[in-house]
Amino acid sequence: MDLAEIFVTAGGLALAGLVVWYFFFAAPEAAVSAVSAAGGVQEVAVTVKGGYSPAVIEVQHGRPVQLSFYRDEDADCSEEVVFPDFNLRRALPAFQTTLIELLPQQPGRFEFTCGMGMLRGSLVVK
Amino acid sequence: MEPHTLAPPTQTATLDIEGMTCASCARFVEKALTRTPGVQRAVVNLATEKATVDYEPAQIDRAGLAAAVVNAGYAVAAPPAPTQSAAERTAELDAQKAAAYARLKRRFQVALGLTLVIMPASMLLMLPAAMQRVPMAAANYVLLLLTSPVLLYSGREFYTSAWNAFRHRAANMDTLVAVGTGAAFLYSLAATVAPGLFAARGLTAEVYYDTTATIITLILLGKVLEQRAKTRTSAAIRQLIGLQARTARLLRPDGSATDVPIEQVQPGDVVLVRPGEKIATDGVVLDGHSAVDESMLTGESLPVEKQAGAPVYGATLNKTGAFRFRVTQVGADTMLAHIIRLVEDAQGSRAPVQRLADRVSAIFVPTVVVIALLTFVLWFDLAPEGTRLPLALTNFVAVLIIACPCALGLATPTAIMVGTGKGAEYGVLVRNAEALEKAHQVTTVLLDKTGTLTRGEPAVTAFVPAPDVADAAALLAQLAAVERQSEHPLAAAVVRYAAAQVGAPALPAVTEFRAYEGRGAGATVSGARVLIGNRRLLQEHGIELGPALSNHAEALLAEANTLLYAAADGRAVALLAVADTLRESSAEAVRRLQQLGLEVVMLTGDNQPTAARVAAQVGIRRYYAEVLPQDKAGKVQELQAEGRVVAMVGDGINDAPALAQADLGLAIGSGTDVAMEAAGITLMRSDLQGVVTAIELSRRTLGVIRQNLFFAFVYNTLGIPVAAGLLYPFFGLTLSPMLAAAAMALSSVSVLTNSLRLRRFRPR
Repeated sequence: MDLAEIFVTAGGLALAGLVVWYFFFAAPEAAVSAVSAAGGVQEVAVTVKGGYSPAVIEVQHGRPVQLSFYRDEDADCSEEVVFPDFNLRRALPAFQTTLIELLPQQPGRFEFTCGMGMLRGSLVVK
Repeated sequence: MEPHTLAPPTQTATLDIEGMTCASCARFVEKALTRTPGVQRAVVNLATEKATVDYEPAQIDRAGLAAAVVNAGYAVAAPPAPTQSAAERTAELDAQKAAAYARLKRRFQVALGLTLVIMPASMLLMLPAAMQRVPMAAANYVLLLLTSPVLLYSGREFYTSAWNAFRHRAANMDTLVAVGTGAAFLYSLAATVAPGLFAARGLTAEVYYDTTATIITLILLGKVLEQRAKTRTSAAIRQLIGLQARTARLLRPDGSATDVPIEQVQPGDVVLVRPGEKIATDGVVLDGHSAVDESMLTGESLPVEKQAGAPVYGATLNKTGAFRFRVTQVGADTMLAHIIRLVEDAQGSRAPVQRLADRVSAIFVPTVVVIALLTFVLWFDLAPEGTRLPLALTNFVAVLIIACPCALGLATPTAIMVGTGKGAEYGVLVRNAEALEKAHQVTTVLLDKTGTLTRGEPAVTAFVPAPDVADAAALLAQLAAVERQSEHPLAAAVVRYAAAQVGAPALPAVTEFRAYEGRGAGATVSGARVLIGNRRLLQEHGIELGPALSNHAEALLAEANTLLYAAADGRAVALLAVADTLRESSAEAVRRLQQLGLEVVMLTGDNQPTAARVAAQVGIRRYYAEVLPQDKAGKVQELQAEGRVVAMVGDGINDAPALAQADLGLAIGSGTDVAMEAAGITLMRSDLQGVVTAIELSRRTLGVIRQNLFFAFVYNTLGIPVAAGLLYPFFGLTLSPMLAAAAMALSSVSVLTNSLRLRRFRPR
């Protein structure tokens, strides 16, 4: 094994390790709690740009939730958002805000994803 | 409380107020709004800069509220994406999608045009003759110049999208394309700018501009095809929305008619419908009669007769006559809106079969990146020194490019979308993907006899005149003449029967009609005092049945008929047996279900002999007789205990527990909300044919999903190792990244095209 091979092998394996760590094991994002508006509606603004910010949203159960998704890109990966537990698939027009209203009845963690399940976020209902 | 003292209806608006700096500003705005006529309550929140206003829409609108705020010296921001109607939302989305599609196509065309120059040029440069005459360095710069726009204009979105995802610790298909083409481009760039670096290590400074450009072009081609196909998967909703009428011909109290936009129609309004017109919204016919084509809602191709009192539905088509109807539902409450919501919900739901694909999708892209990195390392370590870098690079790129997470992601949802949309077209409303998936596993169909196999409306099954009656036809006409005056459903059955037997216009005149509450009716017809009703009616009039009629009565009662007794001038003259009759289509539908390999089981409250007779008539071998309504769910459980997957077909509120207990509940008939809630599938058609359609559709959809998933998994699990060079040690084969790009572009398009095959589904 020459020097270049050792260098490439070490570099490649390190990079692979980094990829695994970065995508699978890095610390998850902190949750953001919903703000309650006057009518008791819990409001959260979510920006969609290669992912969801915030990606973890905390709300209280039994009260309506209004999520406003602003899609800040036109890459088509994020063109839909899906809340499978709420039977909801909604197209998100690029550079616009789409309101999504939910009424979480019971506590739990409900995932939401893009149309193909690659971008992920979760709604934590307390 | 008197109705007119009720508070007028109010609406709530939220205004974004600009320019408030302190708590007193907020109070000022609040006061200004509260004093405005028509405003019931206004709350201003300084922190969120929002005013929440309850107002009476009859007195003031949103613009008026905004004006009040402006008068107070503050500004109102434009409303944040108002909640629009489904139609507006779809129209806007469509416009945006069309624009995005046009942009994508332009990017593809630019990439294609440049690639058509880059490709042949690169090939020519590899010819020995060209190599000698053209200076390599200069040629590379020209190629770099040609390739840059392909990357920076056509392919820009791949890189920005990949970067945005990366910042969220997410990776998508764009990540793979970006890393793959980015690596090839950067390598080429280095070879162009600093060929000396390569020469110093004894390497030829090869460039991969043609590979980079071709990959981007092919993947854009795949995206163009994919976009086009995708719009067709959601065509069903658009079609349903398109069904909505835009105007209604409103009848004013003064008798004049005006066309008004559908939004202005209110419940209680009277609407006039002429032949050939679309019915504007849901209502009840006041007068006139016609045949209405309801196929767009129910899938039933035969027009439905409508007369006074019959319900009509918005979006259906009036065929023959003119009529007036009173509006009962508008907007989001109409049947059409209900259907659209149901289909939207179903399309948004996730099928259990998708679970594995979902789990794979979540880890797919990073895994592929790791495989690509390992491929690079292995090739670099194992290939001959002179060619190891280009080989490692091309195989690294090929692995990244061939992997197609999109095929996995598209496999199930697109089929569900097309399948549920297709169902709606034939009056099969699927509540969610799980119900559609469950339907294909069903082994046993349990039917409630009443309302499913039978019409659920009584009809005369036998007319038995007493032995001494000379003219039976004349007697029947007399009885029908009396019954025509009555409003009882059994009376209507007699009239229909008589009309079929002797013809309606021939009925004699009736005088001195009298209804006997809960017993029947009587009248004088052709000089005779005629009575028709239940046994008590005759007993009260002291009329004996006689031995012949008594015998008949016993036999008919044993067959679960309801009996009507008729007397003329104090003498029993006839018996009429009335029973719920079978639909003509029932036997055919049962046979088809059996052809699909399903066991059909009937359940009824009738006694044993009747149940046996009905079952035999429609070809059902197993049945439960004398089942009380509350025991229906228990029968479902009993069948489930035998290891069967049970679909329960029921018609209404009574069946809700059984529908919920069953593995799959099918609510038949336009259905009550309660039944729709409990049912996985609602059938708009009122006969059993819908059950056949639902199960066939489910099987077809699941078939397509399985093919898609199989294809997507096999494609990736074969494609990635081949691209990594697994065949090289055995056959000396490696996969060119350009071929990988073509395969990848085709794979997601194939999945979509396969899903679109469901559009050709026709119920047999």
